[in-house]
Amino acid sequence: MIENRPLMTFITHLVLVLGVAMIALPIWITLVAASHDEIRMLQAPIPLWPGTHFVENLKQTLFGAGFSGDQTPVWRMMFNSLVMAMMISVGKIAISLISAFAIVYFKFPFRMGFFWMIFITLMLPVEVRILPTFEVVANLGLLNSYWGLSIPLIASATATFMFRQVFLTIPDEMLESARIDGAGPMRFFWDILIPLSRTNIAALFVILFIYGWNQYLWPLLITTDTDMTTIVMSIKQMLESAEQTPQWNIIMMTAFLAMLPPILVVVGMQKLFVQGLTETDK
Amino acid sequence: MLKRVHFPSSPLPYLLVAPQIIITLVFFMWPASQALYQSLLIEDAFGLSTEFVWFENFTALVEDEQYLSTFWRTAVFSSLVAFLSMSVALILAGFADRVVKGATTYRTLLIWPYAVAPVLAGALWVFMFNPTLGIFPYFLEMVGIKWNHYLNGRQAMGLVIGAAAWKQVAYNFLFYLAAMQSIPRSIIEAAAIDGAGPVRRFWTQVMPLISPTTFFLVVVNVVYAFFETFGIIHVVTQGGPANATTILVYKVFNDGFVGLDLGGSAAQSVILMVIVIVMTVVQFRYVEKKVEY
Repeated sequence: MIENRPLMTFITHLVLVLGVAMIALPIWITLVAASHDEIRMLQAPIPLWPGTHFVENLKQTLFGAGFSGDQTPVWRMMFNSLVMAMMISVGKIAISLISAFAIVYFKFPFRMGFFWMIFITLMLPVEVRILPTFEVVANLGLLNSYWGLSIPLIASATATFMFRQVFLTIPDEMLESARIDGAGPMRFFWDILIPLSRTNIAALFVILFIYGWNQYLWPLLITTDTDMTTIVMSIKQMLESAEQTPQWNIIMMTAFLAMLPPILVVVGMQKLFVQGLTETDK
Repeated sequence: MLKRVHFPSSPLPYLLVAPQIIITLVFFMWPASQALYQSLLIEDAFGLSTEFVWFENFTALVEDEQYLSTFWRTAVFSSLVAFLSMSVALILAGFADRVVKGATTYRTLLIWPYAVAPVLAGALWVFMFNPTLGIFPYFLEMVGIKWNHYLNGRQAMGLVIGAAAWKQVAYNFLFYLAAMQSIPRSIIEAAAIDGAGPVRRFWTQVMPLISPTTFFLVVVNVVYAFFETFGIIHVVTQGGPANATTILVYKVFNDGFVGLDLGGSAAQSVILMVIVIVMTVVQFRYVEKKVEY
């Protein structure tokens, strides 16, 4: 702090605390709603203070017969989301690592052509090319499968760019000495490049995990089998059925469970998260 | 770009780029070209015959009042989302930058909404504003405002903007705080010695010095509001009431998957692609260059 102004310090903390409260309010209301029973959640001013049914609701949501006749229990949806998020993040990292390696460390015909082809994917979010992509996946018979959920989202220019950037900062002497010692390309890749970019890989993983877990439109389109439902997309169906049978305690518990894993990742790995965010976007 | 020292040419690099190139071709290039091709066709309602019509789909869109008003609505929506979330983030970051102890605690408490999926942000907000049960309509009723976003288009728009901006504050806060913390303390101290108070220093020094970040965030936030808010709109209003919250991305989805107007939807996709490409180019060309100060 530059000057000592007690009043200013007070205002600073006041504004920040208000900001935190404002940001946290929706999740507080979610938690409160998830901790009351069904009847209480139907009375007009809904409670603002937690109730006593949290564990009970948690059990019913995770393992219960599911939501108003829906056969899929929420643990199964969370498992689907986990598989999808892991496939997307591991897949993206793997294919970006090797393609960046090829582009930075090899000279071969059409190198720049490949580079531009990857670059262009940066420009086309899945929402924009949604219909034809859906057709491709349907023709390949990948509807209602983990492959169909993850592969179309795997190609990513940002990850390739980031690894290219990382590899370019690695001194040339590394490669020279590795080659003098007789290491081939793959040996160099595994024993030198991968260990050197370990933190970048971890940081990227954090970002991609959140990206994968939070996918909504794509799973919504390509899964019709309720066993393949992901938890994020299930919210929509629950809110729709809430118009007939409002079980707000269960809906809000599901919403809470849907955001818990990515929030834990962000808060628990904050340093890697911040690094990943600033590296991939800038 | 290429390392000065590199491996000799061999089939290996082709194998290494192959997975990414194959996925790019199958899931990006091919669908994008299909969208381009389809945007030049008109299919009848039963999908029995298609006719090649050149740019008829596009001219139909340009003449369609509804499409034009969607365009305008999207512009209003995304600028309000960007403005709201960026200004809240700027204020919070400005104060957090002053905190000596506990800055990281505040950061932790402010960044987690980044992890919340847009559709979940929408679900939380739609619950808070549920006309019969929600906590906000209850309080608004006390001051004489009747809240029902299922009937009132303006309220629906306000709700969608609120949810979208709420989620994005975390991201903007993080970048603003990082930018402010990278300003050399000596500059700020020199101004303090010259007698500039905190508010004056913020406007005349901090704001100009973080202008590159502001520019970067404008682009990112507009892209976010254009595309990623689909989930929020789908869960909160479904584009209604009476299209009051239908933005471009939602219309592409709605016309294509619900209305089954494939040609029209594809033409809209192509227009969106052009918008994305322009924004990406702008971002790449100008973000790296320093904004004048």
